[in-house]
Amino acid sequence: MHLDTSAVKEPGAYTGYIRKKILFLCACTAALVLLAFVSLGVGSVTIPFSDVIQTLVYHSSGNVEMIVWNIRLPRVLAAIVCGIGLAAAGVVMQSVLRNPLSSPYTLGVSQAAAFGAAVAITLFGAGTLGRLISDAIVVNNPYLVTICAFLSSLIATSVILLVAKYRSTSPEVMILVGVALAALFTAGTTFLQYFSSAEQIAAIVFWTFGDVGRATWSDLTIIVAVITPCLIYFMVKRWDYNALDSGDETAKSLGVNAERVRTIAMFLSSLIAAVVVSFLGIIGFIGLVSPHMVRRIIGDDQRYLFPGSCIVGGIILLGADTVARIIIAPAVLPAGVLTAFLGAPLFLYLLIRGNPS
Amino acid sequence: MILSVEDLSFRYNSHPVLKDVRCQARPDEIVAILGPNGAGKTTLLRCMNAMLRPKTGTVMLGEQEIFSLSRREIAQSIAHVPQHVEPPRVTAFDAILLGRRPWIGMNVRQNDILKVQAIIEQLSLSDLALRHVDAMSGGELQKVAIARALVQEPRVMLLDEPTSSLDLKNQHEIMRFIRSIVHTHHLTALMTMHDLNLALHYADRFILLKDGMVFAAGGEEVITAKLIEEVYGVPVAIRRWGGRCVIVPHADADASLESPGISGGTVMGM
Repeated sequence: MHLDTSAVKEPGAYTGYIRKKILFLCACTAALVLLAFVSLGVGSVTIPFSDVIQTLVYHSSGNVEMIVWNIRLPRVLAAIVCGIGLAAAGVVMQSVLRNPLSSPYTLGVSQAAAFGAAVAITLFGAGTLGRLISDAIVVNNPYLVTICAFLSSLIATSVILLVAKYRSTSPEVMILVGVALAALFTAGTTFLQYFSSAEQIAAIVFWTFGDVGRATWSDLTIIVAVITPCLIYFMVKRWDYNALDSGDETAKSLGVNAERVRTIAMFLSSLIAAVVVSFLGIIGFIGLVSPHMVRRIIGDDQRYLFPGSCIVGGIILLGADTVARIIIAPAVLPAGVLTAFLGAPLFLYLLIRGNPS
Repeated sequence: MILSVEDLSFRYNSHPVLKDVRCQARPDEIVAILGPNGAGKTTLLRCMNAMLRPKTGTVMLGEQEIFSLSRREIAQSIAHVPQHVEPPRVTAFDAILLGRRPWIGMNVRQNDILKVQAIIEQLSLSDLALRHVDAMSGGELQKVAIARALVQEPRVMLLDEPTSSLDLKNQHEIMRFIRSIVHTHHLTALMTMHDLNLALHYADRFILLKDGMVFAAGGEEVITAKLIEEVYGVPVAIRRWGGRCVIVPHADADASLESPGISGGTVMGM
């Protein structure tokens, strides 16, 4: 069969419709960049916008230089990259499991990664205790922590994939799987705490609060090195995720190897969750909230939903961290607390509404 | 022969579903796969599309064995419209554009957009193009699913119960639509069906499955009351009305003789 297109004109209405989606992505990107500059200036020490720009461009000396380059910039970049990564993991999980309630946090993958990281820190000596509460745990072997977190998250992912294969991916089943896995791995972490000293318990508890402030430049390098290839892979495969949104049968008839795409997507999502948890602790709900916000505006088309969710994920985590820095200044809240305040009500809303997609 | 199945057997775990199935389909024809629930109709379609790997036997697409082809190569020749289409929240245009997946790499080309527009114009779906498919009726959704299959530019279309859950008007509209595209584009369509009269009205050939085996295959001449009774276990009568065969349940056969709408009926195969 061959479709003749010689007499067909370009569909103007559709082109306009796509242009609006691209405009939305551009607007979100601009908002993220603007928020990043604002975020560099706020905190316990307020730095004027012009000084932030001057420091970034001309490398001025003094305290401002130190605060912007050594404290705020890695923090802002970590928030952006991890927000993007968690949102990417969430949107891809929701697509390949065909389940709107999926995300690394709601499926227990983040908790599993936290358990693995806690094992590396407490049992394998990959972390040492700091003297200050702001550096309660210093990870001196980030590779070991990340690998342990990833291996542990793979256990959770394998269970999810097995249930998806032999039972179903219905929202209720997946959420129950998430509850079970989260309980199991949280119990594992508690078990570790039980045999730890009081200082170690405090350190682990503090460490499990998701906080972007502890990211250093070297941490950021590893986070970026892991998340970027995953994002590129997801972007390349966004057509496959679109096909999977219509069901496995349709996807296969369109030439998609549904099982392979689902397995790789879940493993890469776990890897992202593991690396974020290893360096920043558990930050919940970004992967759930941002795809739903973007889906409401530009629909399910993964070509735009995926990048849109990523950018909005970056905005939410950076926004949460920025607010966390000023809400009870000079003290700084962990960003994970604020994302939970934002995400939990939405999660309940989605559960009550039944079929959100 | 564009698609031929030879000695195909398939089993789910230890339960045999298809046994030594042989059938063929040619270009420019609609083949109806008939049979009671559980006869193996959907499984046969899935084997033809390499979604299920049979235990024994072969499926040939032209001169090539289907399992020697990649999923993408199969999708470039065979389009499949499943019985249940699960609609995501995308516009009809985007849902149809997905049918270009076997032909595109990273990005959609202008030519892909034009092909979607061409099929939308051919099928008079312009009013639906920017509507979200998750808010469409069953008939509209089925048309979009068929349009997506067509934009794959396949040689063979496999349709699983294309008229299930449609009202009478939409059933005939969809079937007319399929018949016209099959003949316009010289395609081969194989479809599973439960409505025997609809199949008799639109299909060129019939494959009757019973207990996973081909009970009969051929043109309209193979459809006899005796055969239908043996396959479905229900006594029926077949009447001619307006030059076409109509199957009526046996209990209603006498009444239908007296019906003003059906006159001059002759019982076939009784």
